[in-house]
Amino acid sequence: MRTSVLVLAVALAPVAAFASGGEAKLDHANIDISNTASLQRGAANFVNYCLGCHSAKYVRYNRMAADLGLTEQQVIDNLMFTGERPHDTMKIGLNPDDAKRWFGVVPPDLSLIARSRGSDYLYSFLRSFYADPSRPSGANNIVLPGTAMPDVLWELQGIQEAVWEGHVDAAGNAQRHFKEFKLVTPGKLSPEEYDGFVRDTVSFLEYIAEPAQLQRRSLGFPVIAFLLFFTLLAWALKKEYWKDVK
Amino acid sequence: MASTSQTTPSGGGRLGALTAWIDDRFPMTKMWKEQAAEYYAPKNMNFWYYFGSLALLVLVIQIVTGIFLTMNYKPSAADAFGSVEYIMRDVEWGWLIRYMHSTGASAFFIVVYLHMFRALLYGSYQKPRELLWIFGMLIYFALMAEAFFGYLLPWGNMSYWGAQVIVSLFGAIPVVGNSLTEWIRGDYYISDITLNRFFALHVIAIPLVLVFLVVAHLIALHEVGSNNPDGVEIKKVKGPDGIPLDGIRFHPYYTVKDLIGVGVFLILFSLVIFYAPSMGGYFLEHANFDPANPLQTPPHIAPVWYFTPFYAILRAVPSKSLGALLMGLAVVLFVFLPWLDRGKVKSIRYRGPLFKAFLFSFAIAFLVLGWLGMQPPTPLFTNLARLFTVVYFAFFLLMPWYSSIDRTKPVPTRVTYHAH
Repeated sequence: MRTSVLVLAVALAPVAAFASGGEAKLDHANIDISNTASLQRGAANFVNYCLGCHSAKYVRYNRMAADLGLTEQQVIDNLMFTGERPHDTMKIGLNPDDAKRWFGVVPPDLSLIARSRGSDYLYSFLRSFYADPSRPSGANNIVLPGTAMPDVLWELQGIQEAVWEGHVDAAGNAQRHFKEFKLVTPGKLSPEEYDGFVRDTVSFLEYIAEPAQLQRRSLGFPVIAFLLFFTLLAWALKKEYWKDVK
Repeated sequence: MASTSQTTPSGGGRLGALTAWIDDRFPMTKMWKEQAAEYYAPKNMNFWYYFGSLALLVLVIQIVTGIFLTMNYKPSAADAFGSVEYIMRDVEWGWLIRYMHSTGASAFFIVVYLHMFRALLYGSYQKPRELLWIFGMLIYFALMAEAFFGYLLPWGNMSYWGAQVIVSLFGAIPVVGNSLTEWIRGDYYISDITLNRFFALHVIAIPLVLVFLVVAHLIALHEVGSNNPDGVEIKKVKGPDGIPLDGIRFHPYYTVKDLIGVGVFLILFSLVIFYAPSMGGYFLEHANFDPANPLQTPPHIAPVWYFTPFYAILRAVPSKSLGALLMGLAVVLFVFLPWLDRGKVKSIRYRGPLFKAFLFSFAIAFLVLGWLGMQPPTPLFTNLARLFTVVYFAFFLLMPWYSSIDRTKPVPTRVTYHAH
């Protein structure tokens, strides 16, 4: 194994790239992390629709409350359902062994999913489920073909089917490419409303992936303003000293 | 203003008495004079001469932020990934400390690569600075080891597989290869044991070596004196007082000048830390935000950008052992530059067209290989990597030839300097 790891890694790279990226083109999520209202809606979406199966084990409720402009009481009343305390993190009761039995995989923790996959990927993924009777869950996904995740948002989005177009390649094999989605059963939300729902959710995922980013960006300006002043001063000092270098 | 530079730290009064007391027991004032106040540096040092002091600054940043990270990090396979997130979320200013350290790693290589390129431009490795250059190269090797060991510590999936790939390279060594990789890992695969020893190497062993080498590098520098953009030895033309005519005191002239470099560097450093700490996946790779998973490789394994030129060379060669050998050679060949270079002049200013062409191609090859090393391999990219690998090695291996027959220009006896 040791000597062949490199060869293996290089050989697997394209396979793995296909498995994780698929052939789908990603849509731009167009999120705004400074939009607190969007983050608050995203938090509600997250605890209602994601937190049943996915944990966010590094995310603390009270930190989230402070960052999202909510009081702890508001978070307790609206976003915490199973008796956690405000300083707890978003852990879940789902037993990993059960999860493995039910889904085939343990649903990944979502604390950092926006940093490992990117918000465009998540935005596209959550909008790319389609009916596929060949799958155990009855749904498949264009962005992550063969995903174990069921289409949990179908009630909101409705059920869509994938429209394919085909051609015969040089070797004579039939190839099919994804063309577009066709909404066969409308959901509770219009397509525009659903996109907004996903955008809010992805904004929240982006926030929990790096809660410090809100402070980080606001601290940047004063620090750099000071450094500009410091550099100007250093430049004036150097000019003064170097007057006598002939 | 000039009078300030004449004063030594010893003033009058009680402070003077204290200085005298110390000087009787420890050569404080003597060292200060030798290393700063009466160290004469060429007055014509330009932009390229900022990067030495900046490398020292980054070393200090890395050591200080590293100490604070160590206070909260847990070097175990079970806790490492979570403890980094604990630092990022729950430790006061932890995110800033961590980003300073992660950005500092890349910044270290940026300033060191520019510092090394400066030496190539102005022939700073030539006689009498061979040992200075070798100390510098040893610092670079230690830095690579430090970066490699440190990269495993967040225990992300790229940490894991990056370490797996690089450690497995030692398996290419005949006979002892497999035992050697086992010995490095301390296990049959990258495990908790590996993480623990990499932590020890990263936080104490290599930093000690680095600091020792930096001291040796500075002592050697101050013994032979700084080179300059003209490649003229300022010690050859001294005034009646024995001071080089083209030399100025390091302090205060270059200390204040380096402050400007520090300011500009910190502005750029802050722009990354506050606005783009991952640098689009170049400084912090996306796949490293997934915890280490021995059963699943990241979609595309690539080392961090500062190793990619060498990684591209490794991949360009069909045979793994030959690729590993060439990769090692690509790093080590720098050491032999003082003896490969048969040029009669030091500085690019007086070199002939051949040297300029080879140096320029080498710089391009280094950058292109760096880019190729980040890309998934395709037949076109592999062929490109082969082409630029040849260009890379041509710079070193043909140097004895092209540097000796090059049409050089006459070198002046004094440095060129225009007072501003």
